[in-house]
Amino acid sequence: LPGHSADYSHATFCIEEEDHTLGNALRWMIMKNPKVEFCGYSMPHPSEYKINLRIQMYDNHSSLEALQQALSQLDDLAAAIEEKYTASLEAEQWEQGEDK
Amino acid sequence: MDEIDPRRLVQIHPERISHVSSTDYPGHWPGEDHTWDLAAFRNNLRLDIQRLTPSTLDFDLVGVDASIANALRRILIAEVETIAVEKVFIWQNTSVMQDEVLAARLGLVPLRIHPGRLESWVPDATATDANTISFQLQVSCTRRPNVSRDETDPSVLYENSAVYSSSMLWQPVGQQAALPDWLADPPAVAAPDIVLVKLRPGQEVHAELHCVKACGREHAKWSPVATATYRLMPHIRIVKPIPERLHATFMQAFSPGVIGRRRTEGKKAGEGEWEVYVKDPRKDTVSRNVFLHPELKDCVKLGRVRDHFLFTLESAGQMPPQALLPEAIAVLRRKIRVVSEALEELMHPTALEEEEEAGGKADAAEEGAMDVDA
Repeated sequence: LPGHSADYSHATFCIEEEDHTLGNALRWMIMKNPKVEFCGYSMPHPSEYKINLRIQMYDNHSSLEALQQALSQLDDLAAAIEEKYTASLEAEQWEQGEDK
Repeated sequence: MDEIDPRRLVQIHPERISHVSSTDYPGHWPGEDHTWDLAAFRNNLRLDIQRLTPSTLDFDLVGVDASIANALRRILIAEVETIAVEKVFIWQNTSVMQDEVLAARLGLVPLRIHPGRLESWVPDATATDANTISFQLQVSCTRRPNVSRDETDPSVLYENSAVYSSSMLWQPVGQQAALPDWLADPPAVAAPDIVLVKLRPGQEVHAELHCVKACGREHAKWSPVATATYRLMPHIRIVKPIPERLHATFMQAFSPGVIGRRRTEGKKAGEGEWEVYVKDPRKDTVSRNVFLHPELKDCVKLGRVRDHFLFTLESAGQMPPQALLPEAIAVLRRKIRVVSEALEELMHPTALEEEEEAGGKADAAEEGAMDVDA
């Protein structure tokens, strides 16, 4: 759950219950947003299961909005991958089907 | 082979690797727009299943960034929930294996139970028929009568000289016996021939096993994959033609099947009749052996395609391998949803705090402006 910190167009989010799995993917998606000046994440300590995500925006845009947008774009990405997977599974075009 | 955009390549030199990170961010290349575009992404995305066996799934994922592929791999290993033995109640164990060692082995036995059948285990929950499955293991070893004196094979001499995982039998609890799909496909072990412990006459093992649902982060026994790995597609480009006397050396420097030899087009017998070409880079293990030969070093450029992932998923037995990836994607979407809802909560908190938030935000926005100018 996003913790706290200064509520600027630059903001640091502390997200608990997450690690590099979502952290790196989210960072990449936020960087794809042209209004983002800086985005990075780090894990304060590997034994503690939380990440710090820092977003800085150009021109006073809202970093919260950027995060929200990136999350929904990641969701679309996941849905697209699943779609292609099911299509490939149904097409049954793979090369070999040998047993163990 | 040469149609691949050089920006997509990780360059492999004899002693180092360069161009590792992806650079398709807005602002990195002047004049180009790399903003996220779902339609363009879907156009470029390719997922081709290469091989499907009862235990393994090989597929190609092209067009995603490394962070997404890694996220899927991490989720497959650690966050997809399955069911495994957690609590072992030992009524009788006169074998030579200690109770706790036997219990540890029982925990690692893969169970072919669909994870959707149970609720996830929360810490300090009471065991109910909705979150626990019960198995029974009861085996005792006896001497077989009428065996010849010179026999040494224990499986002939004794009855039940080894306890196999096939002896783990499902005991329906509470409502579980009434569900038709459970009876049609009862919970069972994935492989019946796993040796759990070896016995001799007079020894007995009698235990009750409770199985719960959790994910690999808790303990590796709940991981659904034997392993999930990916590698990047190798890319080989021959920049200078290779003299014929070095053809054999060149072909041997790579894994078998990667480099082929064919007749050059448009040239007849004599010089330049044969040429080597890159037949199947997928088989290459990128050993960089070619850089050992000084005369071949400058003729070839090695690299890997940065967004072409060759996944290999091997199921541990709980689920068929083709069911693994949809589960992983569902877990990824669930994690996104959780963070998204929490962010909503932060941005539009309920009732009372909203006024303070609005006031705070207005001030903060101005401070943000000062920061940018400075």
